[in-house]
Formats: sequence, structure tokens, C-alpha cells
Amino acid sequence: MYRTPRLFLFAAPLAAVPGRAVAAGMPQLNFHDPLLIGQVVWGAVIFGGFYLALSRFALPRVERVLTNRRTRIQNDLDVARKAKAEADRASAELLSARHEAAEQARAHVERIQSEARANAEAHAAETAKRLEAEIASAETRITQSREQALSSLSEIATSTTQDLVSRLIGTQDEQTVASAVKRVSA
Amino acid sequence: MTGEASVAAGSTIDALGQFELHPVLGHLGEALRFSQSPLFMLIAAAVVLVFLYVGMRPAAVVPGRLQAAAEISYDFVHDLAVSTIGENGATFFPFVFAIFFFILAGNYLGLLPFSFTYTSHIAVTFGLAIMVFIISILASIRFQGVGFLKHFLPAGTPVWLAPLLVPIEIISFLSRPVSLSIRLFANMVAGHVLLEVFAGFTIMLAGLGAFGHVLAIAPIAINIALTALELLVGVLQAYVFAILTCIYLREAVAH
Repeated sequence: MYRTPRLFLFAAPLAAVPGRAVAAGMPQLNFHDPLLIGQVVWGAVIFGGFYLALSRFALPRVERVLTNRRTRIQNDLDVARKAKAEADRASAELLSARHEAAEQARAHVERIQSEARANAEAHAAETAKRLEAEIASAETRITQSREQALSSLSEIATSTTQDLVSRLIGTQDEQTVASAVKRVSA
Repeated sequence: MTGEASVAAGSTIDALGQFELHPVLGHLGEALRFSQSPLFMLIAAAVVLVFLYVGMRPAAVVPGRLQAAAEISYDFVHDLAVSTIGENGATFFPFVFAIFFFILAGNYLGLLPFSFTYTSHIAVTFGLAIMVFIISILASIRFQGVGFLKHFLPAGTPVWLAPLLVPIEIISFLSRPVSLSIRLFANMVAGHVLLEVFAGFTIMLAGLGAFGHVLAIAPIAINIALTALELLVGVLQAYVFAILTCIYLREAVAH
């Protein structure tokens, strides 16, 4: 991508500049130069030291900081999760307490309602019983009065018959009239 | 690249002089074969280590800018190593990190005026590539024993093809350090020669009087663009070197 214009730019001045630069040779290829080999040896030493400093001190230090951060974030997350779980539990407890209280209240209301209903029923039953007793006694009295009335009816009938008989025939036999009345009215 | 006498005799451009090695620290440097190349290796290693040290000194849970940069460079190479090499990637992570940042720092330091690009020396890049090559062979023996040799005959190949394929595989295996080192070396040399040549054009044009002064702006503009390109190439080549190292190591640890 970047190579083509770059190589072109590279080639242009080389073509334009008379060959001294190229003819002189690249200093990088002058292997007779003790400094050239020296830099490789020095480079090995410096790179080795660089590697040791990095692997022993510099990079573990970075890693410690990164690990600390990770554990700290993890811990904070754990704490937050725990707090959330506690809040959830408290909220659930509150809900269940409210539910329980509502249940109790409903039961209470129902008990009072059923008690009232039972009271009313008992009251009604008592009244009914009393009324029934009164009705019964009234009926007895009625029956008695009727019987009484009916029994005095035969007396009246007998005496009326005696009167009628004595007025018709002037005499009367009490016994016969009575038995006749009884026969008729039976 | 150096700002040293890049224009020889006022008419030609010495594009390769910037790659010459000179002893530093006087006679001591001469005796120790210590040129500016190892000096800049030292500077590069120090810059990376100081960057990590200063960046990670706060060790904050919420990182500042420099710490974030240090952590990003750690994570970047760590992900590269682990995702490419596999589960054993963590073992080689410091090595890959060292390779990547040694090359990256070398490439970028070389873009500063008056500095030296040690990655523009084939001896250095070949040394790095040979190191990767040897370490991947040692890792092969360590993780697969002598069995790693069967990689030279890809699985499922008919036996009669072996006399043809095995030499091809061996040649391609042996050419790895060559391609690895030449790729980096050639890219850095090309970039720095270009920068030097266009800088030379500017000086040559400036010698032509008022008209030349105006024309000299053109090579400066090109050099600005080239510097941006070199910033890209510098990180790209370091990345390519590191990822190829990871790929060779993955082959070494895979069964």
C-alpha cells in the first residue's frame, strides 16, 4: 500500500544523484569495521539487560497493578451483589409480612362476620321458637274454647230441645231428650 | 539521521554517511568498540524502562494518562503474544515485549535530528532475527522434542513428494531470519536515505539564490510527509517483527 510511492521516491533521487553514494558502499556492509561487530556484541548485552529488567521488574509491576485493579473491581462487585441480595431478601420479607398481615385481617373480618351471622341466626331461631310456643299455646286455647263451646252447644241443644218438646207435648223426659240430642249431634 | 555533512562538495548528496559508526566516549569507546549505535540502544532501553517506571509509579486504580499509556502498551503486547502464541504466550510475553519496544524505540529515536537509527544496521537486525530463530528452535525442542522435525513434512503429504517438499520447507525455515532482518533493515535504510536526500535537495536549491529559496520549500514539504510516513513505518515494522516472532513461537509450542 505504502510501498509503491515510497519505492518510487526512493528510486528517483538515486537515479538523479551521481553514483558516489552508492559507489562508496553501505557502511552497514563494511564488516571489517570493528565497531560493526562491536555493536552486535553490545546490542546482545543491552538487549539481554533490557529483557531482564522488563521480565523481572517492569512488567511484573504493571501486572500487579492490573491484577489489583481486577481483584478490587471483583470485590466491589461482590459487595454490591451481596448488598443487592440483602435488599432483595428484606424486600421479600416485607412483602411476605404485608401479605401475612392482609391474610390475618381478612381472617379476622371473616370471623367477625361469621360470628355476627351466627348470632343473628341464633337470635332468629330463638324468636321463631318463642313465636312457635306462643302459636302453640294460642292454638291450645282456641281448641279449648272450641271444645268448651262445642260442649255447651249440646247443653244448649238439649235445653232448647226440652223447651221445644215441653212446649209441643207439655211433658218431657229429660233422659230421652238428652240421648236423642246426643244421637243427632254425634 | 544525522545532520552532519550530508552535502559533499556542494553538488552530491552523501545519503549513506548517516549510517557510519563512530566511536563515542573517545579512546575508551574506541577500545570498547562502543559506537553511537550501542549508545542509542542504551537510550532506547532506558526510555522504555523509565516510561514504564514513571508511568506505573502511581499504581492507581484509576490510571492517569501516563499510567494508561503504560498499561495500554502492556495490554497490547500481552494480547498480541497470548492470542498469537496460544496458552503458552504468557511465557514468551516479556521476550515479545522486549523485541517490540527495542525495535520501536530504535525506529522512533532515529527520527530525531542528530540521532542514530540502530535498526538501520543489518548486523543489528540480523542479530535480533537470529536470536528469535534460535529461541524458536529451542522452544520447539523444549515443547515438542525432536518431533518438531516432522513440521518439515506437512501432514497428509504423499511420501513420494517428500524429497521435493522437505528441502523446500527447510529452505523456507532457514530463510526466516534473513527475511525478518532484511525487511526491517531495508525499510529503515530506505526511509532515512529518502529523508537525507530531500534534505540535501533543500540545501542544493538554497544555493541557487532567491528562486532556489522558493523552490526549496518543496523538498521540505516532502520531508514533512516522509516523517509522518516514517512514524507509521516505524511502528508497523516493529509490529511486523513482533508478530512474526509470535508466529514462529506458536509453531514452536504447537503440537
